[in-house]
Amino acid sequence: MSRQLRQQLGFALLSLATTVVVLPILALVVYIVVQGAPALSWEFVTAMPRDGMRAGGVWPAIVGTVLLTLGTAVFAVPLGVAVAIYLVEYARDTLFTRLMRLAIINLAGVPSVVYGLFGLGLFVIFLHFSTSILAGSLTLAIMTLPIIISTAEESLRAVPQSFRIVSLSLGGTQWQTVRRVVLPQALPGILTGVILGLERAAGETAPILFTVAAFFLPRLPRSIFDQTMALPYHLFVISTQVPGMPVRIQYGTALVLLVFVLSMNVLAAVTRSRFRRRRQW
Amino acid sequence: MEGADSPSPMGEGRGGGWRMNTQPKLELQSVSYIYEDGVQALRDVSLHIYPREITAIFGPAGGGKSTLLRLLNRLNDLVPGRCLEGRVLLDGEDIYAPGVDVHALRRRVGMVFATPVPLPMNIRQNLTYGPELAGMRNRARLDELVESSLRAAALWGEVENRLDEPASALSGGQQQRLCLARTLALEPEVILLDEPTSGLDPISTAKVEASLQELKRHYTVVIVPHSAQQAARVADHAVFMLQSELVEEGPGGQLFTKPRNQRTEDYITGRFG
Repeated sequence: MSRQLRQQLGFALLSLATTVVVLPILALVVYIVVQGAPALSWEFVTAMPRDGMRAGGVWPAIVGTVLLTLGTAVFAVPLGVAVAIYLVEYARDTLFTRLMRLAIINLAGVPSVVYGLFGLGLFVIFLHFSTSILAGSLTLAIMTLPIIISTAEESLRAVPQSFRIVSLSLGGTQWQTVRRVVLPQALPGILTGVILGLERAAGETAPILFTVAAFFLPRLPRSIFDQTMALPYHLFVISTQVPGMPVRIQYGTALVLLVFVLSMNVLAAVTRSRFRRRRQW
Repeated sequence: MEGADSPSPMGEGRGGGWRMNTQPKLELQSVSYIYEDGVQALRDVSLHIYPREITAIFGPAGGGKSTLLRLLNRLNDLVPGRCLEGRVLLDGEDIYAPGVDVHALRRRVGMVFATPVPLPMNIRQNLTYGPELAGMRNRARLDELVESSLRAAALWGEVENRLDEPASALSGGQQQRLCLARTLALEPEVILLDEPTSGLDPISTAKVEASLQELKRHYTVVIVPHSAQQAARVADHAVFMLQSELVEEGPGGQLFTKPRNQRTEDYITGRFG
């Protein structure tokens, strides 16, 4: 076989692989949009569910998912970024920090249902938070932490070491150096990781199953100790637990969840590219 | 007769008579330094560095020049597992004594690196960065510092109308003069320069060398030049280092025309290096 031919064959295989990967995703999105679009209306997005969820809208589930995402952010973002700063800027390479890194990597691989059970045991039962937005947010936060920590660590490491040395040589303390030089440079990467982590939290069902999600609760939560409906769990419920459910409502709900998560994704991409244009190295 | 090289302010061949009553600004007393990996970077180096002159430390790569420079403002603290013997004195005080404020020390002993690294900010912010970290908030005073340090680094005319542009937009030669100005903005007492012109074209090099001649009127200047030729051009006092040891030191004019040590002569006449 000539080198020319082998080259063309290689390219063909690679582009085939890409197509194989992209096609199902495209098909899925198109299918959900086509099936779900007829259900979408102002009422569907803003009304309470009625008639055993067979009619009406998904408003409380949307509010619930937004609240849970925000709650996750409140707990996971400061903690995750702080841990990353400690690991990259301060911690020496000791057995302790190695074990911590190992733990963080392994946390990312724990199945989400295990986080759900852990949240049930710790927050709901032991700490008496009952099934509540607080318990759900904390559970999602723990699940999201490894993602935020790893991406923040990577972004901090990507900031050239020479910036740190120059700042220290100008009489800066380590914290001044982190605060005024390193963090601003790492921020776009950190934000991207935060958004991707929250996006995963927004779409998860298992961790909220035992900790916060209400089967059917046609009102908005009044405090962080309330239960709430949430889009992913609502979708699970109306797809499997309610007989005589109109299909278009199922796909409508799926579409709303998809739009919610994809718009966070777009936000991440926009943030990244805007900051990248301002970067000076 | 290596014994004659031992540094003493009154010693034979050491500077002119005007230096008789001058205290050394910096003093190394039998300094040895070993890196974490066991590499010995300095072996029993003693050296006096005087104010208002340019001390040039030159020699082949790997001779310990940069290590010596970094010891003077404790940038070597950043390398783990260091092992330092001997004492380093600034105005007669041990800078490695417990309780010394390292950050204040680094403002007194400023450093310019081989590769210009402008901080990712605009030109003005690069210059005010150090003073602001030290707590200076007075806007007018900061503006004054920006102008005076840029003038001293021979950069003012080129950037006075673009102080708010990113520093990375400057050319390599301008960036290096910006880094010099940034160090001057600290209002230091000593300026360390580690091959400050190694990446620069001849014209920019000449500009930097010209500013050094101005600077030595107010500061103690220690430079690791990027060649023996540059050492000969700028040095009031020249120090030849080879394989972690101080081989010979003396007034620039004398050391480059009548070196006393055979190894110094071999190096400056180009037999090795």
